[in-house]
Amino acid sequence: MSVVMPVPDAGVLARREEIVDALRAIVPGEGVIATEREMRPYESDGLTAYRQLPMVVVLPATTAQVSGVLAYCHAHDVKVVPRGAGTSLSGGALPLGDGVLLGMAKFNSIREVDFENRVAVVEPGVTNLAVTRAVEDRGFYYAPDPSSQIACTIGGNVAENSGGVHCLKYGMTTNNVLGLEMVLMTGEVIRLGGKHLDAGGYDLLGIVTGSEGLLGVVTEVTVRILQKAECARAMLIGFSTSEDAGACVARIIGAGIIPGGMEMMDRPAIHAVEEFVHAGYPLDVEALLIVELDGPQAEVDHLIGRIEAITRDCGAVTCRTSSSEEERLLFWAGRKAAFPAVGRISPDYYCMDGTIPRAQLPRVLRRTRELSEKYGLRVANVFHAGDGNLHPLILYDSNKPGELDRAEAFGADILRLCVEVGGVLTGEHGVGVEKRDLMPAMFSEADLAQQQRLKCAFDDKGLLNPGKVFPVLHRCAELGRVHVHAGKVAFPDIPRF
Amino acid sequence: MADALRPRDAKDVEGAVQWALAHRKSLEIVGHGTKRSLGRPAQVDATLDLAGLAGVTLYEPEELVLSAGAGTPLSEIEARLDAAGQQLAFEPMDFGPLLGAPARQATIGGVLAANLSGPRRIKAGAARDHFLGVAAVSGRGEVFKAGGRVVKNVTGYDLCKLLAGSWGTLAAMTDVTIKTLPRPETEATVIVVGLDAARAMQAMAAAMGSSCDVSGAAHVDADVAARVGDDVAVGRDVTVLRIEGVAPSVAHRTDALMNVLRPFGALNTLGEAQSRALWEAIRDVVPFAAGGPAGKRIVWRLSVAPTKGAAAAQLIAQRADAEFLYDWAGGLVWAALAPTDDVGAAAVHGAISSCGGHATLIRAPAALRASVAAFEAHTGGLAALTRRVKDAFDPRGVLGPGRMWAGV
Repeated sequence: MSVVMPVPDAGVLARREEIVDALRAIVPGEGVIATEREMRPYESDGLTAYRQLPMVVVLPATTAQVSGVLAYCHAHDVKVVPRGAGTSLSGGALPLGDGVLLGMAKFNSIREVDFENRVAVVEPGVTNLAVTRAVEDRGFYYAPDPSSQIACTIGGNVAENSGGVHCLKYGMTTNNVLGLEMVLMTGEVIRLGGKHLDAGGYDLLGIVTGSEGLLGVVTEVTVRILQKAECARAMLIGFSTSEDAGACVARIIGAGIIPGGMEMMDRPAIHAVEEFVHAGYPLDVEALLIVELDGPQAEVDHLIGRIEAITRDCGAVTCRTSSSEEERLLFWAGRKAAFPAVGRISPDYYCMDGTIPRAQLPRVLRRTRELSEKYGLRVANVFHAGDGNLHPLILYDSNKPGELDRAEAFGADILRLCVEVGGVLTGEHGVGVEKRDLMPAMFSEADLAQQQRLKCAFDDKGLLNPGKVFPVLHRCAELGRVHVHAGKVAFPDIPRF
Repeated sequence: MADALRPRDAKDVEGAVQWALAHRKSLEIVGHGTKRSLGRPAQVDATLDLAGLAGVTLYEPEELVLSAGAGTPLSEIEARLDAAGQQLAFEPMDFGPLLGAPARQATIGGVLAANLSGPRRIKAGAARDHFLGVAAVSGRGEVFKAGGRVVKNVTGYDLCKLLAGSWGTLAAMTDVTIKTLPRPETEATVIVVGLDAARAMQAMAAAMGSSCDVSGAAHVDADVAARVGDDVAVGRDVTVLRIEGVAPSVAHRTDALMNVLRPFGALNTLGEAQSRALWEAIRDVVPFAAGGPAGKRIVWRLSVAPTKGAAAAQLIAQRADAEFLYDWAGGLVWAALAPTDDVGAAAVHGAISSCGGHATLIRAPAALRASVAAFEAHTGGLAALTRRVKDAFDPRGVLGPGRMWAGV
């Protein structure tokens, strides 16, 4: 592993037995796991290149237990790493050798479905898809749909502000969460929001969402549910250059159409997928767009007509529209299987997650191809075309010495490139440990210091998920100092009245 | 009269806050000052007037982003968007009519700092949901930025969310980037006539729970309806629901919505022009405008669970002479109360403690606004956390001390 984690605290490790006993008193029965064999499944998350056994695993079942564990750890200076289903692709749930891994899997019930207010109140260990399953009998669904939705939990979605293929139209997690119960590192339980909209004070809900488990442990989530659209149809549009495909996306949005989903794949991704799924994708194109329209039949048919006209203007070489639900799902089956399909043609792959201004797509793809040659590693691109979120999949073999390091260096170059063209390091997977050391490519020291001051407001001892997101850990006292430039301020220049 | 500091650029703003820190002065951040009379009056030594930080610096309609100085007039931004067939989907309300300030004078910085929205909040979100990036000067006198200029981004804490609705008490925003979206091609409104508030909540819930994709749901009684506009002044209580989109879809969904609502009462529809005028009046709470018949009333804004709207209003009406306008399918209650010494705070806070949600004091005499909880009052851990968040940005209390809460 190339990322340096905080040095384990020898004092804490020496007290391990005492800490485990204390935790057993808070979470009785099988809720505390301390043997190496049983802790092994928790040693990594979706970013499997990074592994670390935790000091102890705790699986609380109630808010009071979470509060008890955190209060104990706060009092005894023990670090805590929260974990949902462990599907993070950025190492957000990577354990610490001297820390408690706090698994939230037992918080798995749906507490309330309130159709009249169009919300569901769920525990954080409920999977994303289970929310939709719980409300679909009345035609409702939960909009954010990360591709791991069968496994990933709502708590993890809140931590990462997860997106999905439909988030251009329906928003990310942050736009679909109305309330939280959470436990601060001190053990204090607070409630933010509820079934109503917006904060009456500071929007702490907006800050906690996407905070990657660094600010608190969420124990209940109130999410917005929506009525499903009457119908959906998908279009499969092929282009002989990625420039043409990118221009077509811009034209569609420029025409005032926000599709429910708009995905792009490049030639290597198309071929990998087609061999795996046989979705009927054209193999003689450089870029393939899947555009999905959802709404009433009259709207969908109308917009498909307009998009077909646009694609003709954009030099599309193929354009097919699904004529049945089976065909629509087949169009998507390829895209949804893109990661496993790439997994078939390479022993390992490394999934990146930058976002770029869409107009920069040709430049970024060209530069990515050059980097691919430089590093001697193949790359396949899948792309949330509507919002500019790029997922280059770098193909490597971890059994070949040096290939993982090369893949990581290649990935870092791609992310720096995303920032260079006006984009960002991560669109939906989070910073975690993976992109932690790249944060200075996007943020100044002052930017990062201000973010860490906010962290201090929630976690004064820096015990919650340290080593993630921030490349350099500062003590809160040091960050809190105010530097007043007395007497050196050139303020008299400013017009005043 | 406090000093007014008028920075010309972000560097000047940094200098201004540094000056205030060094001289232990406090600053009230203002754009065009249209919302200064809302909430608690700040006790400050000088105003920091950001109107000079004006101008759109980037607008790429096909990327759905616009960047501008915080002092840029909203009207200028909306004109740019309109010319490109786009809009701010969160439909920011104009507080001008309600507060007796000139109409359409807000700046984008003020819109974001107050986390404004409008009737479309229930479908498209508030300012917070469209605020992509920011450069600002903290109360520590330090420049920082957060977010970016792309529509999908989870890099670092989402400080834009925190600054949205912080009323200038955490940082002075200098440059902002917002998400823009296509303007709907057309719109229509379905009117249900003669429902009382409780029944109207049910009708709106049925509409919102349908697949008609309703983008506005409001209710007013007959007296208030008469002040919304001639098109709905039918002498009866009215419940109005908006449908927006491409023409064939609006026609189809209007029919579908009427089928959903037929069991509730007599129906009527408004075409595009009338619908547009109606929702602008609802957005700006025109029935309670300072210059109108309710102009002397105290105005509170309550955000509650949609099904609690009527109940909250009923609790207030038991203790005060009040009129109501319900938006957000019942989740937003504008309450106009006859003036009393406590500005109706006991009635409003009583309703909130029973129904949940929160209330903000929007309009009241300045002398009384400092004496009640104008923003949501926190207790215990949340109050302490709020205090620590304020300290993380503004430990010396330079920016708008007391603007939201006494002592914060």
